[in-house]
Amino acid sequence: MSSTAHTDNPSALNLKRFVAPEVAEQNFMQAEQGIKAWLTTIDHKKIGLMYLASIIFFFFVGGMLAIALRLELWGPAKNFIDAETYNQIFTLHGAIMIFLVLVPSVPAALGNFFLPIMVGAKDVAFPRLNLLSFYIYLFGALFTIISMINGAVDTGWTFYTPYSTGTSTSVIWMTLGVFILGFSSILTGLNFIVTLHKLRSPGLTWGRLPLFLWSLYATSIIQILATPVLAITVLLLVMERTLGIGIFDPALGGDPVLYQHFFWFYSHPAVYIMILPGFGIISEVIAIFSKRRIFGYWFIAISSLAIALIGFLVWGHHMFVSGQSTLASVVFSLMTFLVGIPTGIKIFNWVATLYKGSIQLKTPMIYALIFLFLFTIGGFTGVMLGTLSVDVHLHDTYYVVAHFHYVMMGGMLIAFLAGLHLWWPKMFGKMYSQFWGNIAAVLIFIGFNMTFFTQFILGSRGMPRRYYNYVDQFQELHQFSTIGSWVLLVGFIIIAIYLAHSLLRGEDAPKNPWNGRTLEWLTSRQPVLENFNYTPVVLHGPYDFHEPISEFQYGIEGSHHHDHSGDSHGDATKAEKAVTNA
Amino acid sequence: MSQTSASAPSSHLAHHFVDSDQQFNSAKLGMWIFLVTELLFFGGLFCAYIIYRAWYPELYVAASVQLDTVMGTINTAVLITSSLTMALSIWAAQHNKQKLIIYNLIATIVLAFIFMVIKYFEYTHKFDLGIYPGEYYTYTGIAHEKANIFFSIYYMMTGLHGIHVVIGIGLIAWLAIKASKGAFNSAYYTPIEIVGLYWHLVDIIWIFLFPLLYLID
Amino acid sequence: MDKLGSFFLPPAKSTMAGTVDQLFNFINIVSAVIFIGIIIAIVYFVIRYRRRTENDVTSLNDHNTPLEVFWSVIPLFLIVIVFYWGFTDYLRLHEAPSNSYEINVTGRSWSWQFNYDSGAASNELHVPAGRPVKLIMSSVDVLHSFYVPDFRVKHDVIPNRYTSVWFEAKEPEAAATDTSWVFCTEYCGRSHSDMITKVIIHKEDSFNKWLDENSGRPDDMPLAEYGGQLYNQLGCQTCHSLDGSRKVGPSFQGLYGKNRVFTDGSSLTADENYIRQSILNPNAHVVESYPAAMPSYQGQIQEEGLNAIIEFIKEQ
Repeated sequence: MSSTAHTDNPSALNLKRFVAPEVAEQNFMQAEQGIKAWLTTIDHKKIGLMYLASIIFFFFVGGMLAIALRLELWGPAKNFIDAETYNQIFTLHGAIMIFLVLVPSVPAALGNFFLPIMVGAKDVAFPRLNLLSFYIYLFGALFTIISMINGAVDTGWTFYTPYSTGTSTSVIWMTLGVFILGFSSILTGLNFIVTLHKLRSPGLTWGRLPLFLWSLYATSIIQILATPVLAITVLLLVMERTLGIGIFDPALGGDPVLYQHFFWFYSHPAVYIMILPGFGIISEVIAIFSKRRIFGYWFIAISSLAIALIGFLVWGHHMFVSGQSTLASVVFSLMTFLVGIPTGIKIFNWVATLYKGSIQLKTPMIYALIFLFLFTIGGFTGVMLGTLSVDVHLHDTYYVVAHFHYVMMGGMLIAFLAGLHLWWPKMFGKMYSQFWGNIAAVLIFIGFNMTFFTQFILGSRGMPRRYYNYVDQFQELHQFSTIGSWVLLVGFIIIAIYLAHSLLRGEDAPKNPWNGRTLEWLTSRQPVLENFNYTPVVLHGPYDFHEPISEFQYGIEGSHHHDHSGDSHGDATKAEKAVTNA
Repeated sequence: MSQTSASAPSSHLAHHFVDSDQQFNSAKLGMWIFLVTELLFFGGLFCAYIIYRAWYPELYVAASVQLDTVMGTINTAVLITSSLTMALSIWAAQHNKQKLIIYNLIATIVLAFIFMVIKYFEYTHKFDLGIYPGEYYTYTGIAHEKANIFFSIYYMMTGLHGIHVVIGIGLIAWLAIKASKGAFNSAYYTPIEIVGLYWHLVDIIWIFLFPLLYLID
Repeated sequence: MDKLGSFFLPPAKSTMAGTVDQLFNFINIVSAVIFIGIIIAIVYFVIRYRRRTENDVTSLNDHNTPLEVFWSVIPLFLIVIVFYWGFTDYLRLHEAPSNSYEINVTGRSWSWQFNYDSGAASNELHVPAGRPVKLIMSSVDVLHSFYVPDFRVKHDVIPNRYTSVWFEAKEPEAAATDTSWVFCTEYCGRSHSDMITKVIIHKEDSFNKWLDENSGRPDDMPLAEYGGQLYNQLGCQTCHSLDGSRKVGPSFQGLYGKNRVFTDGSSLTADENYIRQSILNPNAHVVESYPAAMPSYQGQIQEEGLNAIIEFIKEQ
């Protein structure tokens, strides 16, 4: 629980109030200018923005692939692409969306920008490693692009053996790309864990940490533990293709189901990497726009860790009909249900936060409400899929495709949009059109349900996934889903337009447009290069809206502690000891 | 540990850290986390090893005979000694003994080289017999249809380990060069500490590999 | 419940389908109720507690133990019910009754073949209704998955290993037979979505009749006609048309006697020897502009069958 204020007397702790100017003399973009400065920067904010640009670019690529897929599915058999190309397109769509967009999206773009500011630090623990992570990401992305040009991959993003060991498409380029991207993910997670442990400002106890940071912490733990297993799996696959090792290929004496175990051991936790940061954003948005503490703060914080850990024990729910033992299937089903409960309770907590709040329906909040709607559906359909007997019917059908789009796109991507709209004024110093923001959100909501709810019905009626061709009875539903994809497209185009307009000609943003209490809202309109010109001291919880903003402006003089004598460091230590003992 | 003082060079202290302690502890935590990822990375291979051993135990016994236990033992001793010299170089840094830092780093590199040379001889001996990884395996001396799988796992595990040794050699050489320029002292030896942690992991992994591959019989 | 089920689900044509459908409907209904409750709460709160001034005072209460226990325990209870139900049905789906009628299934990219004890072979799955049928399946190349939506059964089909499904089909209502789709549901390459066939559910005597007619060549059937039967049973028609249209492989129309040019530049006349080689060792000569995608049928066709197919192709 957030600690109460009565024990912290700022003057007794030698603290002063620091009010950042509305507009900094030199913000972080002005401090280093020019392409070379950006490409060699170690400033976490610029690195975050470079990631943001890359992620948006790859989302556009992946999205256009999806539009092409849905267009082809307008009618059975060939409409304008042939089967081989179709298979390559769905593989690329999945691989790009998962590895190049969703996995890095919130942590690498928004997390990099805001984590250090929210803990009151000047940067992450290892800024140069951070820049390296970005270049590794680009390098991995390059391999993926090469694999597209070199005769694209058609195995599905899951690369199941033995098809993937034998197919002539450029599996090796793609899987090496994934291998390299994994390092970027690991190093980001490593950086975040150390930053959260070592660089928190005085007074920022774990109990006062914004929930966004708790979610990044849990995500980083998964990144550290799960990604290396993907790395070795992919390496083994490459060895299988080049040397014919024989671990997975039955023709060489191997076991294809073993591949699935290895693959899903990473890829299931990966979906938690993809959703947990989204949960964190939803907490921030709902708190600010209800002007209330999040209901059940500790539950939400700890449940993220619980989900991270239990998430390692459910991978076999992707394999109920794979030939694994019945006992294994039963255990995995049970664990799957167990991991669903903390998630469900989070939803209840978020709804309860609205009770007796003061709710403002700005664009980020609209997205948060859309998240609650779509993610809840995704969650319930996950329960359906975790149910053993029903999953036999639904596995590998469009029901699964609909489920994961509801949680990953309706969940994570919507949460990402919520975060983007929440923090846009802080990153760029500009506001965007609330009107167009809300219109786009509504269009995306409608288009999304049109596209994907239909797919639940297609799936439960028996339509298999990864199908280029289909039997006539499914055509109408496919057409409805395709029309939905066009509505989605319009929604995203509108977002692109008004955000571009905001950058070029948008109204200047106030430094705290939403009246938040977390540290990023205390900086100037766009933060200075080192985020703060003082060391912030945190005396209250992140959602203590009943405290005036002045209560959050306390700090200690100086930004370079090693230049001072022992005194100011002593102040910080004294302050930290005093507030943490409160 | 050390506190910053007016006379200590503060050039090594990065702008975002409050003091040297915070920087040193952060670096150590970071390296420990990285080592965890390495454990999981190798863990996948150990997992494959365990599964195939459970399926074909007789193969493992038969094939392990082909691995030269004497060479393996020597290599184990070599690597353990190199961990010792690495630890000694850290000790030397903590006590400001500049020359000793460099000597111990160089000793570590030499030992690591010896390890790689012995590995080279082991590998080439196998290649002469036709023991290659995967589908290039042509050796007929083991009466088991899946013999190539044992050796594939052997090559993957020792090969990946070998790559880590080579990377270690590179890192330690870099340290030796910096040490020769007086970069390390009792106030600042963080790079040696964290490379040392990495090196100890490389050693520990070998200590598991050795009995699992060489000593099955 | 039935209406709801029939909107989402295909007809229930097996004995297990009923209970699977009931569980599906149960989960849907419970989920819908809770979901609607959540949405109503959200809409109500958003309207009732909308911001009126910038100085609104909000509740500081962020905890309510009885409420939190309530909404943890109730879902847990529901989850346990669903899990248990699903788990018991799953066990029943996995254990074929001991008196099941066994049929062998071979999956290959991109067709299915079904072999019966009697020697019958077909590329469509003929089954008797009213008694349990067990399929023993394996693949000759990559992973496939055998799925009959109407029966609610599915299982992966793996190379070098046998897996199985079982079902008991309900009696056809009107005619002597009823059909259901069979789909491959594990991505297996280019024509994955064409790896489709049918289950033909027979009343008992209709099934026995079919079995008799298809177990080997009837004495009075001309060789070429038998070849035509094999053309269908062995799945040739998935890749080779008879009307000249181009599929994965070349059409059989006008094939016999033609000069064929291959990918390595050599050429041969399409005579008996060439056709025989194409069936037993298809990648020895691949016609130019076509992929080397045909699997071998070595060991799966007897001499008589080979001769029959050759005669059949001669007639095209």
